[in-house]
Amino acid sequence: MDAEAAKLLGAGFAAIGAGLASIGVGNVFAKFLEGALRNPGAADAQQGRLFIGFAGAELLGLLAFVIAALLIFA
Amino acid sequence: MAAEQAKVDPMHQFTIEPMFGSENWELAGYNIAFTNSALWMAISAIALWIFVLGGMKRQLVPGRWQVAVESFTGFIDDMLQANVGRAGRKYVPYIFSLFMFILFANLLGLLPLGVLGVHPFTFTSHFTVTGVLAILSFSIVLIVGFWKHGLHFFSLFVPHGTPWPMIPVIAPIEFISFMVRPFSLALRLFVAMMAGHVLLEVLSSFVISGVNAGPAYGVLIGVPSLLLMVGICALEVLVAGIQAYVFALLTSLYINDAENLH
Repeated sequence: MDAEAAKLLGAGFAAIGAGLASIGVGNVFAKFLEGALRNPGAADAQQGRLFIGFAGAELLGLLAFVIAALLIFA
Repeated sequence: MAAEQAKVDPMHQFTIEPMFGSENWELAGYNIAFTNSALWMAISAIALWIFVLGGMKRQLVPGRWQVAVESFTGFIDDMLQANVGRAGRKYVPYIFSLFMFILFANLLGLLPLGVLGVHPFTFTSHFTVTGVLAILSFSIVLIVGFWKHGLHFFSLFVPHGTPWPMIPVIAPIEFISFMVRPFSLALRLFVAMMAGHVLLEVLSSFVISGVNAGPAYGVLIGVPSLLLMVGICALEVLVAGIQAYVFALLTSLYINDAENLH
């Protein structure tokens, strides 16, 4: 396998990371909704934390995109 | 024309081009051409300026415009109050400008002006721009932290109540997580905006090549792609708001670290 093909394969594999991050982001919002429905009064105050968790989970998926972009373009 | 060059280059939208024949402008040996990126930065800044100016009438019974502006300032004020506390008041102007500038940039970059022949440029999809914004936030954290707490600021790396045998392990981890902050801040915004725009461009290339390949392909591939594109556009508007909010939120959290330590 030549180096170019290996690079493209690696970029494709990096897309798995984006899919896994989507599970993470889904988890964040699902658990938040679960908790919010049990105690709607406390939900609004926790929205900041919701987005912190979302940002953390999303960042790892975006890193997978960066790896793919580096493999293809750099 | 599109029939000949069937391949749409999804990265072409990110090219930076000098505008108004300014490609040879130089300052101290550096090229300072007025690029499309700079043009859209100026447009965002002016749009933001007009938006805020329209709401500064200070009427006792506010009109619609004033309510719009005040709801944004109130939103940022509440966020800082919740995350930083009373000391957060003095950061409202910075966080507000940051949030609104990123929001306007993201939303202006999504405007469908391409049908008029003007191509909006999303400058937040460039790491240089988001990197500078992140460095700005990070240096405010450093300056405030060292100004207020002096060398005591380093106690940030030892969370409260850490057992002393764990300190050699915890401190480097905390240090790394602290130093990665500007990168993660910049990377998140840049990649989120870039990925969305690439996705839209790829879907549009599906529509164009599907329709060019014949009516059957047009119905089979072009129409679903177009519908998906409309949906993704709505998602992109949401992402534009969320990313601006996350940038402002994380900045306020980091400022909280600098103001109150752990």
